[in-house]
Amino acid sequence: MKTLRRLARDRALVTGMVIVSLLVLAAIFATPLSNFPGHVTGFDPAFRLKPPGEVFWLGTDRMGADLYSRLLFGARLTILISISATAVAVLIGVPMGLVAGYFDRWYSDLLMRVSDVFLAVPQIVLAIAIAQTLGPAIQNVILALSATYWPFWARIVYAETRSLRNEVFIEAAIAMGASPLRVMVLHVLPSIASSIIVRTTIGMGATILAAASLGFLGLGAPPPTPEWGRMIAESREFLPQAWWYATAPGIAILLVVMGFNLLGDGLRDAIDPRIRRGS
Amino acid sequence: MRLLALALRRFLWMPPTLLGLTLIVFSVSHIIPADPARVLAGENAPVEQVEALRRKYGLDKPLPEQFVRYVTDVVGGNMGQSLYTQRQVASDLVERLPATFELALFAITLAVLVGLPLGVVSALYRNTWLDHAVRLVTIAGLAMAAFWLAILLQLLFSMQWNLTPVQGRIDGWGPDPITGFYTVDALIRGDFATLATSLRYLFLPMITLAIPAMATIVRFTRAGVLNVMNSNFVFYQAAMGLPRRVVIWKYILRAALIGTLTQIGLVFGNLLAGAVVVETVFSWPGLGTYAYNSILQSDYNAIMGFTLFTGAVFIGMNLLVDIAQAVLDPRSR
Amino acid sequence: MAPDLLSVRDLTVGFATENGIARVLDHVSFAMRPGEIMGLVGESGCGKTTLARAILGVLPESAGIDSGAITFGTTNLLGADTQAIRGRDITFIPQDPFGSFSPLFTVGDQMAELMRWKSPERAAGERGYKRERRRNDAARIIAALKAVQLPDAERLLRKYPHELSGGQRQRVMIAMALLPEPRLVIADEPTTALDVTIQAQILKLLRELATERGASVLFTTHDLGTAWEICDRITVMYAGQEAETAEVADFFSRPRHPYTAMLLASLPTQGSALKGIPGDVPSPFTPPPGCRFHPRCPRASEICRASHNETAEPAPGHHVRCHHPHLWPAA
Ligand SMILES: Nc1ncnc2c1ncn2[C@@H]1O[C@H](COP(=O)(O)OP(=O)(O)OP(=O)(O)O)[C@@H](O)[C@H]1O
Ligand code: SF4
Ligand SMILES: [Mg+2]
Repeated sequence: MKTLRRLARDRALVTGMVIVSLLVLAAIFATPLSNFPGHVTGFDPAFRLKPPGEVFWLGTDRMGADLYSRLLFGARLTILISISATAVAVLIGVPMGLVAGYFDRWYSDLLMRVSDVFLAVPQIVLAIAIAQTLGPAIQNVILALSATYWPFWARIVYAETRSLRNEVFIEAAIAMGASPLRVMVLHVLPSIASSIIVRTTIGMGATILAAASLGFLGLGAPPPTPEWGRMIAESREFLPQAWWYATAPGIAILLVVMGFNLLGDGLRDAIDPRIRRGS
Repeated sequence: MRLLALALRRFLWMPPTLLGLTLIVFSVSHIIPADPARVLAGENAPVEQVEALRRKYGLDKPLPEQFVRYVTDVVGGNMGQSLYTQRQVASDLVERLPATFELALFAITLAVLVGLPLGVVSALYRNTWLDHAVRLVTIAGLAMAAFWLAILLQLLFSMQWNLTPVQGRIDGWGPDPITGFYTVDALIRGDFATLATSLRYLFLPMITLAIPAMATIVRFTRAGVLNVMNSNFVFYQAAMGLPRRVVIWKYILRAALIGTLTQIGLVFGNLLAGAVVVETVFSWPGLGTYAYNSILQSDYNAIMGFTLFTGAVFIGMNLLVDIAQAVLDPRSR
Repeated sequence: MAPDLLSVRDLTVGFATENGIARVLDHVSFAMRPGEIMGLVGESGCGKTTLARAILGVLPESAGIDSGAITFGTTNLLGADTQAIRGRDITFIPQDPFGSFSPLFTVGDQMAELMRWKSPERAAGERGYKRERRRNDAARIIAALKAVQLPDAERLLRKYPHELSGGQRQRVMIAMALLPEPRLVIADEPTTALDVTIQAQILKLLRELATERGASVLFTTHDLGTAWEICDRITVMYAGQEAETAEVADFFSRPRHPYTAMLLASLPTQGSALKGIPGDVPSPFTPPPGCRFHPRCPRASEICRASHNETAEPAPGHHVRCHHPHLWPAA
């Protein structure tokens, strides 16, 4: 209860939580919330490039589709991409870090060296190369992102597992004859769960940004998918007249990424009081 | 002496890391696609052309052999031919490097010049409205999509207010290269008109790239300063009544900056990555635009070359940062 | 009798924490005479460091002074900015001689920095750093290092703190504390971070040098034995209050406060094991009413539980804060 109350006092955390919840709600209820749910990918020359107004709250795009509705369905896509990409990255990175950190054999070093090599190139550059090879499709974006982002989890899990190795409760579990798998899953993993959660929250923001960049570069889902990054790319032809066209998806990206970052920062401060702000 | 050993050790790690990177790029280009020769030739190429390419590049050989050949080629500076420019990818990249470096250097300089003081001030006045404002700006700066910011700035500064050129790097062809940095070349020649023009072109892309970099620097500097402020030596100096400004600007800052410095290597790498989209928006003729065009043309060798090249620059940057940190921190000497 | 060098009256300090206000010092009073070595003794957490920081005027931000007065000579240390006094008239020897140096500057740089601002030759508000004073200060630094038995000063000054041993670093700290020719040195457990063998040497050295130079030392420790070796007078603290202040001889032979008596009785003597004092130190958030020691005191009575115990002076120079002190015939 006390922890909960403290969390509620943290303005950054609450703001992050609200934004992320709104995103999730928008994604789930995209159909009832949107004004023209059936017309997200349609072509309606009569309504091309209308400025924001009473009918089209955020204006329309070059196809005459309602931007507000497209944003809502884009939220669905954003959530889908970032959750699956992060989930796959977690599923690769966490076991890898666990194994490398728990055992002290030749492959521990090797695994970490491999993750170092992946970290030696900016993530988005590698993701571009992979996505380009695979071709523009949603599942390829997910693959490219998870293939480049997993080392972050491997690194953090490795470091934390290493420092846990010498803790009494781990050694006790080993002495009691628990198998390595049991120790890792039942003892190590719960102790480092909070770090993983924080890293994952911030990682969600990072993958959303990266996915938007891929979309902007034309490596994301093909048109007319309402992908936020691609929407911004499409808008460039119609500037400066159709200023709303680029504005709305950009703000959506900004808010959502900010939401995840705030949430991650807030969680970290709450979990690790040593680095609590202002103390 | 310890310093030399450290530099050497770090240096020796470079080749294996680069080799690993080459393996990754090789896997992406040779193993993932079902038919690399088809990818290389382009989707609409006739079958004979595909087969010719396959033989020419040894794509019919076993994979390990291909990898050895790939590494030998890359080490010899051969990253294959660009489909689009019909030139060696390596020479394309080298030619475009100065434009990107000039932009990145301007951006990182701006980011450091603004970010460092902001981070320090934010820490010194923590939990005041000033601190809150700075932190809000940094949080937004880190969450903004660079390409969107670029378009927004373009919309306002170039299209709305006509203050800066919409895109490009210079009017006309630009000065004959000495260093390849237009600003520096113009300065060397004493050609201030060209200098002014190139600065006007630089302005928006520089700001776009600098903002997320600045946000990162502010965050790390602020955290570093707060951390040092809590250290025992700062307490001792306060207890001994040393003037606060001496403690802050000499002792706290120096200690906090070493931490920030390690970040600058990372930030610079992200700048190069950000350049891909930002250069695209501003048609800045650097590596980023090259990468974007290669994507549009499905210019395979060019993309892989760009990836390797960026990785190598990134690794080199981190090596420099490690050494610089060792030089600055007497404990690691 | 000479006027007091330092007098602390009814000092009350609280820390704002997540769980409320922790009253860490509660109406603390004691005084120091010029030239004396005073030991401030008490268990961990009784408030010694907080008291030292309050005197220096460098309490953490979360601390607030609720009442009381600290007077140094004729100066009121509360209220005024003590930056000019700190490091000049009152200097400080920290507990952690490693962390108290900046790792990025040489020992010489840091000693020179201190002298740039706190040299006895520096006039108040002096700007710049003239060549002549710089030269004199450098000579003073060398002499001070010799005095703390650090030979080869020139070489040492060029080293970084991490290249020195713990004992060397603490000797440098002592040299730095004495260089400004202060009237009072506050040493907060200056030797706890060191080997036992070196502790004694360093403390003797501190005592000798301070006495030679006529500086007083307020010396914090939780070890009665060390206090007995180097102090002229001792103040015992319990849970944020001073319990008893007396000359060393008096203190050990005629303890008046029950807590002191129990502490002395619990000292390990040959052949007998160490006996602790039963019970726990009270929480600074909810101290017991009346005397803070009453839950553990064998002499406690109704009045101890009900009313605050004031400090009295039953014999000249012997202060005790207790409703029922042990009584001793005059010496
Ligand atoms: N910054 C702070 N915030 C809250 N409480 C504090 C703070 N600093 C000290 N305290 C509390 O004040 C009390 C006295 O602390 P202090 O450090 O003065 O004790 P001490 O006698 O010096 O102990 P030690 O012998 O361990 O150094 C302790 O209960 C401690 O928990
Ligand atoms: S006042 Fe009472 S309880 Fe406190 S020490 Fe004296 S006798 Fe004991
Ligand atoms: Mg203490």
